[in-house]
Amino acid sequence: MNHTEAELQRLKDEVSQMWKLVLSQLEKAKQAFLSGDVEQAQEVAGREKRVDAYELRIDSDCENYIALYSPVAVDLRLVLSLIKISITLERIGDFAESIARHVVDENGRTMDALLLDDLQLEKMFDTLINMLSDCFVALESENTKISGRIISKDYEVDKLYYSSLDVLTAYLQDNPSSIRSGLRTMLIIRKLERIGDHCRNIVEEIVFYVDAKVLKHGWKKKPEGTIISHSNS
Amino acid sequence: MIEAKSINFYYGSFHALKSISMVMQPNTVTAFIGPSGCGKSTFLRLFNRMNDLIDGIRLTGECLVDGENIYHKAVRVDELRKKVGMVFQKPNPFPKSIFENVAYGLRVNDVGSKAFIARRVEESLRAAALWEEVKDKLKKSAFELSGGQQQRLCIARALAVLPSILLMDEPASALDPISTSKIEELIHTLKQQYTIAIVTHNMQQAARVSDKTGFFMLGELVEFSDTKKMFLSPEKEQTQNYITGRFG
Repeated sequence: MNHTEAELQRLKDEVSQMWKLVLSQLEKAKQAFLSGDVEQAQEVAGREKRVDAYELRIDSDCENYIALYSPVAVDLRLVLSLIKISITLERIGDFAESIARHVVDENGRTMDALLLDDLQLEKMFDTLINMLSDCFVALESENTKISGRIISKDYEVDKLYYSSLDVLTAYLQDNPSSIRSGLRTMLIIRKLERIGDHCRNIVEEIVFYVDAKVLKHGWKKKPEGTIISHSNS
Repeated sequence: MIEAKSINFYYGSFHALKSISMVMQPNTVTAFIGPSGCGKSTFLRLFNRMNDLIDGIRLTGECLVDGENIYHKAVRVDELRKKVGMVFQKPNPFPKSIFENVAYGLRVNDVGSKAFIARRVEESLRAAALWEEVKDKLKKSAFELSGGQQQRLCIARALAVLPSILLMDEPASALDPISTSKIEELIHTLKQQYTIAIVTHNMQQAARVSDKTGFFMLGELVEFSDTKKMFLSPEKEQTQNYITGRFG
């Protein structure tokens, strides 16, 4: 490995470390939310600064790499992708933090356990964690064959999101006194749906890096609100 | 337009260019890149027959300039070189005044009156972005100019005889960054009137100045494509390895 390749590998390693941290943040935010564990939620909120620090460092290191090494072709695509991926990871980290802060603000009081089951939030969390893990594997292995699987998981998340709207609407009609809590839960569900979109953005960046293909904005909406790709993936 | 059709070129028994075909459209800049000895300069020099003086060379295929095979027996090399100008790696002004350097091609071709020559000298120096710097010292020796100015003087000399094509063999490799930037800016301006082919070892220069890039290796044209594509997503692994510095 020459000096240039070693520098690139160092950038990739930094993004991998950030990825592991964000993945851990999301897993812990899930546990805190579903179990009402305030202590764990505080831990997640406290570690958010580390996610931010990673983003700043990766941003700066990528700028330096471009300035000093003038990368082209696959190297340029990798650096551009890493910049965007780190920004996206930071946003996912923000969502994990805000879910955790919700648990802290509510002092661990989650909604009716039966409602949480009906909303399938655990399934939504697990699907997102799988998506983020798969994205990580795709980048590490430079293998975009699993991009289709990741995208299809985003469809699942979208379906869960839309069905949760119906479930929550029906619940709040029957329990008008829980409207405030219901609205806050809706915000959480919305954040989860957005995490799915961010994972899809990461897949697009990995495909750009590995296959030099641009998938961005190559999606169209299905009538019910879910989305489908123009491409085969 | 410049066109190469199945060019094979030999230095004695050495097969320097292997079945090269390429079209360079008018008013474009085409860069040739590749490791030393890959054949890019040999290929460039074919288009004004600079290789003719070398013993033991052999050429097959066709080199067309504006549809005419420039290696046809009826083609006069001096006429061809009026149409196809050339700028070399090192500035090579003649030991004459600035004015006479630019006027030289016109004089040896017995072109025009004194007034015409004076006008062409000014036009050429302006086109080479040198006029403002030398207009008050046209009678001074060309050797008094800096390296970057000398190179622009050589470009002006090439432009004076009104060529339609400009060949440049590493025109900025001996220059500092400021002079290099001026030459690159000049190339960008000149392509509005000329078809330009440039050999360069500087990847970033090829990326900055050219519309199309050809990557040569071991006498073969490995890849020829739009410069933007070449430097973002080259088709061939060999190209990628070379431009990212993983060659060898």
